Amino acid sequence: MRRVLLTLAALAAGAGALAAQDAGRASDAIRIGITYRPGTRPGLVVVPGPGLDSVRAIIARDLDFSDRFQMIEVGPDASAAARTTGGPLNYGLYRTFGADQAVEIVPAGAGVSVRLHDLGASRIRNQQTYSLPSPGDPGFRLAVHRIADEVTRWAGGVEGYAASRILYLAGGRIYRIDSDGADDAGVSPSGEPVFSPVWSPDGSRIAYTRLDRWSISVMDLASRAVSTVPGTDNGQNITPTFAPDGRTLAYAHMDAGGTNIFAADIAQHCCVQRLTVGRFADNLSPTYSPDGRRVAFVSTRAGPPQIYVMGADGTDQELLASFDFGSTGPSNAPEWSPDGASVVFHREVSRSPQIFILDVASQRVKQLTSVGRNEDPTWAPDGRHVAFISDRTGRRQIWIVDTETGRVRQLSTAGAARLPSWSRRLRGAGPNP
Amino acid sequence: MRAHVLLALAAVATVAACGGKPEPEQPAPVATTANADSAARAARARQDSIDAENRRRADEEARRRAEADSASRASQVMTDLRAMINFDYNDATIRSTDQATLDRKAAIMQANPGLRIRISGHADERGSDEYNLALGNRRAAAAQRYLQNKGIDASRIDVISYGEERPLDTAGTEEAYAKNRRDEFEATAGGDHLAAPQ
Repeated sequence: MRRVLLTLAALAAGAGALAAQDAGRASDAIRIGITYRPGTRPGLVVVPGPGLDSVRAIIARDLDFSDRFQMIEVGPDASAAARTTGGPLNYGLYRTFGADQAVEIVPAGAGVSVRLHDLGASRIRNQQTYSLPSPGDPGFRLAVHRIADEVTRWAGGVEGYAASRILYLAGGRIYRIDSDGADDAGVSPSGEPVFSPVWSPDGSRIAYTRLDRWSISVMDLASRAVSTVPGTDNGQNITPTFAPDGRTLAYAHMDAGGTNIFAADIAQHCCVQRLTVGRFADNLSPTYSPDGRRVAFVSTRAGPPQIYVMGADGTDQELLASFDFGSTGPSNAPEWSPDGASVVFHREVSRSPQIFILDVASQRVKQLTSVGRNEDPTWAPDGRHVAFISDRTGRRQIWIVDTETGRVRQLSTAGAARLPSWSRRLRGAGPNP
Repeated sequence: MRAHVLLALAAVATVAACGGKPEPEQPAPVATTANADSAARAARARQDSIDAENRRRADEEARRRAEADSASRASQVMTDLRAMINFDYNDATIRSTDQATLDRKAAIMQANPGLRIRISGHADERGSDEYNLALGNRRAAAAQRYLQNKGIDASRIDVISYGEERPLDTAGTEEAYAKNRRDEFEATAGGDHLAAPQ
């Protein structure tokens, strides 16, 4: 983020001096509208104004976290200068700050009116009025995040991921945290140790392993009702995952013969189907492609754990992420991206796990991290950001990386976090335990 | 101090036995040999009584020793049954050095048909959290299979994996990791009076 300190001196120095602060900026060629420049993020400013500080702050941060814009921060004293008295936005002034677009948020009844200004074309590009719950309402922040996600789509062409939450495990209990690190709260009952939490596709339910009974439970977040997944009341059952339709749940069942993947119909509470048959091999950590037709998973069929793929009915099992026997480290924890194009997983490099992304079409892998231990990646709803656990600052915490720019930020700060699972965009009011 | 008290009690017991018992067994006095015979009988009866008490005490002592031996043998059997085995990194192969440990467990299970056990497999904390559960399961299953191959019915052996969730040593050193990569063994039934294998 670039901060522009709007002072009289700066104003006097004029556009030349301001432009010179940013060496990476393209020359002052004529720009019409918004053009996509590879490697250059369009400058975006959230216009200061009276009231609505928290709404503006949340939206500005969400826009920044989308990693699609060069955020330009202006001091509150710019507010007065930014607007010709009572008239439209001072487009010229914001252009001198390096902004291509400006987001203006003003009170409107019980909510806000949001405008996206195209500074190059000197016109309003998008405008929408939203109702908002009061700031004390538990649904307030998610409602603001949804506005930010839409503004991200207006200004960047792709919907943001702010209105989403991440489940994680700490001390055997499931917690959830907003995508911006706010509203950290316990979800599962304390004193009942659990493992491997995952979201249902619509965000209304979660599934997890109960460590006292080793069964898989599904909890409806609104009613808190818990049911046991068919086929998981004996043996040890781990690594649940919902199919995209939310009706099928796949999991790994362990017994003395090894670990194998099964799928159960949780809508009709029946029909357990076995997907893998390994003799003394492990098959676990299933993850569905977004069309529901394929399942990536971990298997030890060739020795160390690696990433394989099969049809959702268990047919056509084959290697997905190639490896060199004896030199490539164990690979685990795959998760298929929301756009279907990639699978993220972790692979041990010198006995330390690192985050890798596999491009499904080309089967090429790309290493994303290298500092410390980085493991158990999970996709943001935008299919571009990935949350994972890293110990780079000592304790294991949730971090988020932008897979395109490599920019990272720390999400959680308390305790020690494990096994994160990122929701899709949360459309409803959102449960608030 | 205690020895003296015991001796004193024993002496009292002996005297009591001598004083009480012989009285009704005294034969009717015979005029001619009365004094010599009755004195000899009395002496013999007294000696018999002392011998009986000594035998009783020796038996008691032997019984006590046998009980202690058996308890110590049973405790040794339990120690052998519970002895852990360890594994190489990301590996579930029984080490050759652990085979004798498992052979001993097989013999104990053969000598105690009512004995049932649970094997729990564990991993060190370096591998993947979820994969470590599968790895622990394979480690427990490897020991179960070994015992099966030694003739133990699989139905007498439960397996469970705790992955990396229950480390023995949290020091985070190579030594600690090696200690944590293990199978643990516990009796779930019939483990109270274990007979030693022949």
